[in-house]
Amino acid sequence: MDLNTVLDVRDARRREPWRPGDAWLGGGTYLFSEPQPHLRRLVDLSRMGWEPVALRPDGALEIAATCTVATLARFAATTLRAPAAPLFEQCCRAFLASFKIWNMATVGGNLCNGLPAGPMISLTAALGGECLLRSQRGAVRRVDVADFVTGAGRTVLDEGELLRSVTLPARALRCRTAFRQASLYGLGRSGALVIGALDPADGSLTVTVTAATVRPVRLWFPLPPDAAGLRAALTAAVGADEWFDDIHGLPEWRRHMAFRYAEEVRRELNPYGEVPAPANPEPAAARPTEEPTR
Amino acid sequence: MSFHIAINGRPCSAEPRPGQCLRTYLRERGWFGVKKGCDAGDCGACTVHVDGEPVHSCLYPAVRAEGRAVTTVEGLASPDGELHPVQRKFLDAQGFQCGFCTAGFLMTSAALEAERGTAHDDGKLDDLPRAFKGNLCRCTGYRAIEDAVRGVTHTERPAAGQAVGRSPGAPAGPQVVTGTARYTFDVDIPGLLHMKLVRSPHPHARIVAVDTGTALQVPGVHAVFTHEDAPARRYSSARHEHPTEDPDDTRVLDDTVRHVGQRVAAVVADSEQAAEEGCRRVEVTYEQLPYVTDPEEAMLPGAPALHADKGPESRIARPDRNVVGEAHGEIGDVERGFAEADLVVEETFRTQRVQHASLETHGCVAYFEPKAADDEASQRLTVRSSTQTPFLTRRALCALFDLPEDEVRVIAGRVGGGFGGKQEMLTEDIVTLAALRLRRPVKLEYTRAEQFYGATTRHPFKVTIRMGARADGTLTAFSFRVVSNTGAYGNHGPAVMFHSVGESMAMYRAPHKKVEAYSVYTNCVPAGAFRGYGLGQVTFAVESMLDELARRLGLDPLTVRERNIIGPGEHMLTPLGEEEDLHMASYGLDQCLSVIRNATADTEADEPPKGWLVGQGTGLAMIATGPPGGHYADARVRLLADGTYEVAVGTAEFGNGTTTVHQQITAGALHTTEDKVTVRQSDTDVVRHDTGAFGSAGTVVAGKAVLLAATALAEQLRTFAARHTGVARHLCRQGAEAFDCAGRTVPLKELFEAAQAAGAEGELVADGHWGGSPRSVAFNAQWFKVAVDPGTGEIRILRSVHAADAGKVMNPMQCRGQVEGGVAQALGATLFEEVRVDDRGEVTTAAFRRYRLPQYADVPRTEVHFMNTTDAIGPLGAKSMSESPFNPVAPALTNALRDATGIRFTELPVTRDRVWVALRSLPPRH
Repeated sequence: MDLNTVLDVRDARRREPWRPGDAWLGGGTYLFSEPQPHLRRLVDLSRMGWEPVALRPDGALEIAATCTVATLARFAATTLRAPAAPLFEQCCRAFLASFKIWNMATVGGNLCNGLPAGPMISLTAALGGECLLRSQRGAVRRVDVADFVTGAGRTVLDEGELLRSVTLPARALRCRTAFRQASLYGLGRSGALVIGALDPADGSLTVTVTAATVRPVRLWFPLPPDAAGLRAALTAAVGADEWFDDIHGLPEWRRHMAFRYAEEVRRELNPYGEVPAPANPEPAAARPTEEPTR
Repeated sequence: MSFHIAINGRPCSAEPRPGQCLRTYLRERGWFGVKKGCDAGDCGACTVHVDGEPVHSCLYPAVRAEGRAVTTVEGLASPDGELHPVQRKFLDAQGFQCGFCTAGFLMTSAALEAERGTAHDDGKLDDLPRAFKGNLCRCTGYRAIEDAVRGVTHTERPAAGQAVGRSPGAPAGPQVVTGTARYTFDVDIPGLLHMKLVRSPHPHARIVAVDTGTALQVPGVHAVFTHEDAPARRYSSARHEHPTEDPDDTRVLDDTVRHVGQRVAAVVADSEQAAEEGCRRVEVTYEQLPYVTDPEEAMLPGAPALHADKGPESRIARPDRNVVGEAHGEIGDVERGFAEADLVVEETFRTQRVQHASLETHGCVAYFEPKAADDEASQRLTVRSSTQTPFLTRRALCALFDLPEDEVRVIAGRVGGGFGGKQEMLTEDIVTLAALRLRRPVKLEYTRAEQFYGATTRHPFKVTIRMGARADGTLTAFSFRVVSNTGAYGNHGPAVMFHSVGESMAMYRAPHKKVEAYSVYTNCVPAGAFRGYGLGQVTFAVESMLDELARRLGLDPLTVRERNIIGPGEHMLTPLGEEEDLHMASYGLDQCLSVIRNATADTEADEPPKGWLVGQGTGLAMIATGPPGGHYADARVRLLADGTYEVAVGTAEFGNGTTTVHQQITAGALHTTEDKVTVRQSDTDVVRHDTGAFGSAGTVVAGKAVLLAATALAEQLRTFAARHTGVARHLCRQGAEAFDCAGRTVPLKELFEAAQAAGAEGELVADGHWGGSPRSVAFNAQWFKVAVDPGTGEIRILRSVHAADAGKVMNPMQCRGQVEGGVAQALGATLFEEVRVDDRGEVTTAAFRRYRLPQYADVPRTEVHFMNTTDAIGPLGAKSMSESPFNPVAPALTNALRDATGIRFTELPVTRDRVWVALRSLPPRH
């Protein structure tokens, strides 16, 4: 829709001082979808010339904030040769929005919106992604995706701070992944989304829950847990008030679906088949900061 | 800075506004094929190609189109006019009804066709649920769209005189698929001013003061209207032939607001931007008042009375208790009936608020034009509106503003969906006020969000049913208590309440029946007319209760229905008595039940996944083929100089297909082909009167008027042909192009000239009129087989069968589309659609991403069966079939759920999370 209070569109390359009423313009698919009467200027990122998506020499994948969902999906389908490649398409398809929106929507925009059902958050959180942020003064900081989103629609971004890119480590791309999504509707907005990633290097398992919770919840297990261990870890990691409550699913149903799918994911990736993993798994880290792979 | 883009190959250098989206940029340049359905990226009606890539133009920043090539639906055909293959396919399959979403489907399909076989092809064309994730259609139920994409042809070219009962395509089809059909807002009017509305943030408040000073200083703002500018006269926004059916409780702008979102002031400006800015600067001082949002609480003593200031002239039943209408009646003695029963069951059912969600929003454009072409000096007001009732709206405007009828013309272009929502005057009143004051053309076009809080919804109902039966399933008595929440204003409230307990209570025989029903004011968005007009809500309760009764008696629910349904020729009795003009002029209910019996007998349905619970369920419904109290239509058919015919009829076309049916009826009566018949419609200038396109009246009422006119014209022409040739009348036979008068061929053109020469122009035109009474009844039955996953609550429809008794079906392709669309819309209302309000009555789901409409992926294919009946009242044996397919769907689905799970779901919608919560309490099954 028209954003009639917007009086100017500035080219972000000019690096002009940030003003109240400014907003970064990525793909525009969120900004133009709702009234934004508080906005006066859009700072357009479309001419930054950032390479949308590239493999670095160390095998990590750097995704520019301005990379469109369509570009990322095509890259994963045609160029990325990695065990985790199928997860990209699965997450893209978890968008409520159609493939036409993929042509405009950016990976960065999805992250910055911070919605529980943001599937680029699911993807990059599950694969241990790290955000590169740049403040208005030019200060740079790095934040894990799982910490970047702090609540429903909330992120750590300061006023005027820019998300430059997300980097997925090479090791995460080598993981075998499993994906589950629940929605109240056919091909609808996610009510619960669970991704498992099994690291072939050391046999560790990461289970990431999004959509069901107000923020991404990432559990890391040095070895795949048994069912009880997984349940205990998930129970401990998500506060009672962190199960998301909105029109796209009752919190109790989301919680149930998250547990159900976490267990399905665990079984799918269990290298020992149905046999439980060795005893005493460490129900560690709900936070990737405690994750030793980095 | 210079700006250049190419639109459909034409260069354009007009600079866009900074915050402008591509959709409005294109429409402002006259590319009206680009539609606004949601303006938020959810519906896809605005899909265009930018450098070949399909995008939603409402989200695309116009400034980013710099240097790019944009293709709209108008640019899809080749420059020489040769249709793009997808346009041809949508025509052949008639992959549309109202057509408002069609450009979006075409542009999406065309992009996928172009992608096929390229490196980017990921198989979407073989996976249409995914391909059409971003395209909403409210009318068709998507089967017709699938057939279009797959290249199935449904349209026919019947031979002369053979059109009735066949499936010729809609006459507007070529315009729809090329983006040239003109909907309400697809007009360019010089000097047009734009209106935006200031809306109440409070559920109930008195307006103490409105300061318009700052708003008037906004550049471009021409005027701000408040309650001080509005006529004191009260009216109802509901439109009926008899205005006294509805309570007069509404003002154009009121000094009291009764729901969050009620309009408070109107700002008129040169542009929408300026009007919006003006709205932000209108300062309103409110005195907040106590409010009530629950209808049961609203009826309690001491509750805030919303319309206590109104007297008997407003026709509100009990203003002090918020009861706008009520009904009480009993036949026999229900207590005796319950005493005679072997089993008495009782349950309370609830239905939610549902939005019509026609893809074209409400709105209108008012402008002045000469009263006659040769009289520039004398001007009259013309209101072009997205309405189902042009004539009734003119009547209301004239009454409201003291205007003679010849000073106001109301027209509807092609209307982008209605579903009852446009049987209402929601914008014409305030736009007329502004246009008359400013003597300038004025437009008001609702946003999608305004559709949710500034228009109307389906009435939420609470229905308590008590039902008694003998051990063999014979009903002894039933009683209903019905409470309908009509919201802040009573438009349609009483009428919906009366209809809700009409056919629903008459379809089953029982010696004792009792009803008490209330239509109640609350501080919520008003409810209004909605497909089914109350029947669906009560049918949900009745069909659920009957199913439950049968199960508890250990009987087959179908057998119990067969034992209790009324038979042919039986009286249709409700506790309120019998409607005198309602007749069973055909009876197909027994055939409907046979279709369902056959469905239950075979095992065609898909296998359910392992561990899922499976069940089946049925719902039945009866509906009168027109509204009570008269529904009038005039029609005029004339022979034109070129030997073709023109039909003039008042009713509106919004995808219901009545234009096609009127063409067919005329072609049949005049022994010609439908392409020789043009239809002028929905314009107060073309005929004397038409009550409107509601109550499923387009075929049975307006169609009957057309039939009478066309038949009369056929007789006149034959008589004149005999006179002209001197051949005996019975030897003159009418053909498609000419009369054959005992071997002499008289082309229709010659006949026209001869009549003119003889001064017998009167022989070339004939009128028809139908008063909508007597009426008949139509029947519908729906059956589902479903599988339910107890682990997730997911419901999968394994098979869907619908039996429709539409009498003689005029156009099977279109009628099938009406049924499929009705089933799809009802499935939305059953499975997930819900307009939610918070405890202040404020709508919290004012966008399609928060109010889920059925998408392609949600709608199963429904097998549609038509019954073999011919109605003695309807034109050529036809009955109505536009509202009724909706009504049996919800109970059929919840009955199937009950069969599968043992749980009786009494509240809609049955979303997966709620189903799972209910199933969680069940003991595990083996």
